[in-house]
Amino acid sequence: MKAEQDYIRDIAEMRSMMERSSKFLSLSGWAGIMAGIYALSGAFIAYRILYFNPDEIVYDTIKSGNLSFSLLKVMLLAITILVLALGTAIFLSYKKAGKRGEKLWNPIAKRLLINMAVPLTAGGILILILVSKGLIGLIAPFTLLFYGLALYNASKFTYEDIRVLGLVEIALGLVSSFYIGYGLIFWALGFGVAHIIYGIYMHYRYER
Amino acid sequence: MKISINSFHKAFESRIRLGIMSALAVNDMLDFNTLKEYLDVTDGNLASHIKALEKEGFIDVKKSFVGKKPNTKYFMTNEGKKAFDNHLKALENLIRGVSE
Repeated sequence: MKAEQDYIRDIAEMRSMMERSSKFLSLSGWAGIMAGIYALSGAFIAYRILYFNPDEIVYDTIKSGNLSFSLLKVMLLAITILVLALGTAIFLSYKKAGKRGEKLWNPIAKRLLINMAVPLTAGGILILILVSKGLIGLIAPFTLLFYGLALYNASKFTYEDIRVLGLVEIALGLVSSFYIGYGLIFWALGFGVAHIIYGIYMHYRYER
Repeated sequence: MKISINSFHKAFESRIRLGIMSALAVNDMLDFNTLKEYLDVTDGNLASHIKALEKEGFIDVKKSFVGKKPNTKYFMTNEGKKAFDNHLKALENLIRGVSE
């Protein structure tokens, strides 16, 4: 017969296995911090160097022709930020998974990605449609909104805390679609500041 | 102590078997390699524990093909789910009894 300590260890290991096999726990807090820094620098470049600050839903200079070029540059900038943030997140998760003796790519990672991909793809396509119609002012609110929905959806398959970040992004998206002129500020708040705060919180809570 | 030891099924005496059951309790289905990765055991070791649980009727196999490669997935039977829940409850009662 086992001793009492053995049963306590049994139950602890059962709990840990149930969590480990149903949640993706290799996300690093540093990924959030870095994504936030990229986003803040991106917003700064868009505002100060590319002079991008749409203040109406239908950004009127689109007809004057010079916007399409600057819009192209802003979109290129946005894609660069996305690739940097994703690349950093994957690299840090890969390192964290290795430290935990697990592989990065497993059935839960797949489930997490699928659950994020559905709202993100829908949002991405909608935003492209909006851009093609000249509704530039809605880009920032809608990226926040759909990103928030994706995070909320993903929270079932990773740290629960990410649900709060999702709700914050959704709220910022909704508020900023009302105050279109402050789109870039809300975007910097949602993708920059919120990510950094979340990343620091996650780092202190789970990685120390 | 008045804890009924009978509620501890002997199939759950091994920690690896408990691990297999825990992982299958929260996943619809898992394949052999994923289980192996979670439990950090050798092929032969895992296979023998899986066989034992299969014999108890606690888990079952679903065989299919991915392309031409055979793909074996394991899932928990209703009986296994019941036994696992009972075991978990018994453990929790025991621990509560100890701490009181």
